[in-house]
Amino acid sequence: MNEHVFTLAGATLTALPSGALWWADERMLTVSDLHLGKSERIARRGGAMLPPYEVDATLHRLAEDIARTDPATVLCLGDSFDDLTAAENLSEAHALQITRLQAGRRWIWAEGNHDPGPADLGGAHVAEYRLGPLAFRHIATAATGEISGHYHPKAAIRGQARPAFLCDADRVIMPAYGAYTGGLRSDSDVLQRLMAPSAIAILTGHRALAIPMPRSRGKAA
Amino acid sequence: MTDLPPIFSDWFASKGWSIHAHQQDMLDAADAPSLLLIAPTGGGKTLAGFLPTLIDLHESPGEGLHTLYVSPLKALAADIRRNLTTPVTEMGLPIRIEDRTGDTSYTQKRRQRADPPHILLTTPESLALLTSYEDAPRIFKGLKRVIVDEIHALAESKRGDQLMLALARLQSLEPGLKRIGLSATVEDPQAIADQLAHHPDPTRIVNADPGPAPDIQMLTTEELPPWAGGGAKYSIPSVLDQVKKHKTTLIFHNTRAQAEIFFHNLWLANEDDLPIGIHHGSLAREQRQKVEAAMVRGDLRAIVCTGSLDLGIDWGDVDLVIQIGAPKNVKRLVQRIGRANHRYNAPSKALLVPANRFEVVECVAALEAVKDHDLDGDPKGPGPRDVLCQHILLTACAGPFEADALYAEVITVGAYRHLTRDQFNACLEFCATGGYALRAYDKWKRLKQTDGLWHLRDPRAARNIRMNMGTIMDTDTLKVRLKSRGGGKPLGEVEEGFAATLTAGDTFLIGGQIVRYEGLDQMTVQVTRRPSDKPRIATFMGTKFATSTQLSHRIQRMFQQPDWPELPQHTADWLALQREVSKLPEPDRLLIESFPFEGRAQTVVYGFAGRNAMQTLGLLVTQRMEDSGLEPLGFVTTDYALLIWGLRPLDDPEPLFAAENLREGLETWLKGNAVMKRTFKQSATIAGLIERNTPQARKTGRQATFSSDILYDTLQKYDPDHLLLDITREEATRGLVDFGRIEEMAARTRGRIDHLHLDRVTPLAAPLFLEAGRVPVKGAGQERLLEEHAERLMASAGIDKIDPAKTRAQWRVPW
Repeated sequence: MNEHVFTLAGATLTALPSGALWWADERMLTVSDLHLGKSERIARRGGAMLPPYEVDATLHRLAEDIARTDPATVLCLGDSFDDLTAAENLSEAHALQITRLQAGRRWIWAEGNHDPGPADLGGAHVAEYRLGPLAFRHIATAATGEISGHYHPKAAIRGQARPAFLCDADRVIMPAYGAYTGGLRSDSDVLQRLMAPSAIAILTGHRALAIPMPRSRGKAA
Repeated sequence: MTDLPPIFSDWFASKGWSIHAHQQDMLDAADAPSLLLIAPTGGGKTLAGFLPTLIDLHESPGEGLHTLYVSPLKALAADIRRNLTTPVTEMGLPIRIEDRTGDTSYTQKRRQRADPPHILLTTPESLALLTSYEDAPRIFKGLKRVIVDEIHALAESKRGDQLMLALARLQSLEPGLKRIGLSATVEDPQAIADQLAHHPDPTRIVNADPGPAPDIQMLTTEELPPWAGGGAKYSIPSVLDQVKKHKTTLIFHNTRAQAEIFFHNLWLANEDDLPIGIHHGSLAREQRQKVEAAMVRGDLRAIVCTGSLDLGIDWGDVDLVIQIGAPKNVKRLVQRIGRANHRYNAPSKALLVPANRFEVVECVAALEAVKDHDLDGDPKGPGPRDVLCQHILLTACAGPFEADALYAEVITVGAYRHLTRDQFNACLEFCATGGYALRAYDKWKRLKQTDGLWHLRDPRAARNIRMNMGTIMDTDTLKVRLKSRGGGKPLGEVEEGFAATLTAGDTFLIGGQIVRYEGLDQMTVQVTRRPSDKPRIATFMGTKFATSTQLSHRIQRMFQQPDWPELPQHTADWLALQREVSKLPEPDRLLIESFPFEGRAQTVVYGFAGRNAMQTLGLLVTQRMEDSGLEPLGFVTTDYALLIWGLRPLDDPEPLFAAENLREGLETWLKGNAVMKRTFKQSATIAGLIERNTPQARKTGRQATFSSDILYDTLQKYDPDHLLLDITREEATRGLVDFGRIEEMAARTRGRIDHLHLDRVTPLAAPLFLEAGRVPVKGAGQERLLEEHAERLMASAGIDKIDPAKTRAQWRVPW
């Protein structure tokens, strides 16, 4: 048992070790913050020329999750592209790869702060998405029953920090799924404010591992 | 013989000095294109280097930069400015002297570029930056001489390679430029001469009188050294005695953590309240400067220190150097001893304090090596290509260049004289496009070629490149401050890995104080003073020096003597017992002992390859043992031995230590190792793939660690032949991985393995069981530890009961 099952607003959800979220009852797979085209964008802006393989690495992982779960719906929860130009500059091979993943299922692009407009790829483009008791949007609000991304949360155990889901009774903040993404520690001010004291962190990696969300002491929670 | 002009000889006479023989030699050879002075500290080395410049400027005064002085330390540049200003003022010479380092103000730097002084004192990094400006040809116009101080220290690091590349640039701008190197005593002056030369010009070497032999002994203590460990706490009463008997004592340690512990213990035993300070590279600059100032005033009787005081300002009052722990390297020991009595022709006095029984042997071996003038040093490998990549980018910042001309210039640098054109082209290609098999960046090249000239695609990139220049790689550290409202007093730094293990209430040592961890605030460790607690220890990676190849061989040769009159009786008896029940290791054979102990099969490998290589050997060998079902559980290493414990005894060690199997292990098993990733990160940062500094914000070390590991894994998977992986493999032969010494060991002992099966622990092996730093063999162990830990956390928080889904999932992902 490598995944971690939990409930939010009555919905039973499964955190996968890859950082994707599986809603079995709706056969829906959610991933957040793919940041496709990040290396291209950095190079375009005159920065370092990172190994241009992060689109391959990210799509490879997504293809594996899709093959294993066979979802009816795939939801990309914002910041799917590092910017809209990066989406336009996606190679034909990569665009084709996405099209193949989309075949036979619904595909929803929720917008994020990096990719506020529709990309020229298949699938629906939405600002946010609601299904049953749950609301999906890129950046967390005060609403309950909410699933969001944006912060790239990480949590540490025994000195090792890994990308992590943060969950409490009201919301889930998803880890970044993209290969080239840094992270924000769960004990940062903003994440401590967003999450209730009883929140848990589900570490990704070899298997999904739930721990009480690490917080810093001596600071108002 | 070149005579001193009267004004100079009068000045010498007014001081009651006469010119030293080597100063005269340097003057006579002033026209040599490249000149290296080897002299002990205190020999008037700096003046010897500057005399030709001062005389030249006296005889033909003029405007513009005449002489450039480069030293590894900012503090040294400022110190030399003061020392040089004295004769210049007293003789009334029309010479302007200024320094330029990272501490120089922005306006001062601007002015120096517009109106350079006659003599500019700087560091390799500041010089590399200067050469990257478009107006470099104007700044360096008319430059006649460049003096490289402490070249022996620079020559060992990438800073030296960067400096020599910058000098090649200057030589193209001013072909008549003459180079002067000033070096402490080294084992191979010719090797340094070859680095200094503008290839193929020769370098002339001037040897100063080495001065009287040092007075160096092992410290005699009442209490015997312990069997293992590195603290040398047993020696504290004797060390305090020595401090009382001398004016000023420097107490050197090999690591910062040991310096902290020793200082703490010394302070507890310091009943006379002798003024004693501590100085190491992880202390806040303010703290270090305070100690340095107290030292200069003569207020301190002793300073507990590390390599941070290996170089630097001359403190004439130091009359004793104590080295705690085996010196690991004879050359460094000699240079450290030279820190005592910085007066020419007075013998330096030093004491060695072995930290444990084995180090007694190592100390005696080192003493004999010093007596025999047998200094050690590993031959330097080819010029590192990550530094070359940075040099190419900095060259592009200065303006368009021709590849042919740059290549011709680079191979005039000694370390790069065997660089092939293909290797150079690969580095240029990396700088231009990233050099990936997937041609992703042809549209966004960093460097473009127009009319045969290479130039930056976007000139604004120059700022980023300059911000990220340099070859000094800090480990990722967090600042430590006392907690207070207005942002408390800075104490120093601890490593991030250590900070991550702290929870509120933990105590640790820093700068000799016990502090209590209160929390992390914006990447700063907040602490309060807590004088009463027993501390945990601040861990500093620092550099853990490995015992040099030459010293290791000397120890093994010593083992072959019939008896050991030069060793204390307790140590000689110990070795004799080892010879009786087992064997003593021999230089050209590999001794392996297997015996049962504590219900485990134990194997000890006496490889004598130095700490880093032995650690790598431990990883490689246990991996292979795991694969062949021997179920190793863990290992621990020292500079000379590797101890492995497991469930099943080892029968045939031969295949484990075959060179080709070890090489294959490096290629496959070590690929995913953290040490390799750290090696990659350093090269990737120097070569410009990872930017530590951006105009927006300095990335925190944590994010950089994260992304560089991912970059490494991605390259391994998608582009295994990439230049940076090639560079990483080359780097792995030295430094932390130190694979070169494993290969040396395998070649030295090939076919000559002595495998002894014994029924109990042997005398030489016994201390290994007390060594700290045991490494568990991971396999699935690491993940299981995490899982168990997580479950305990959940249970203790009560969360495992309230999470409804945890009671049993109705559905499971099908894998």
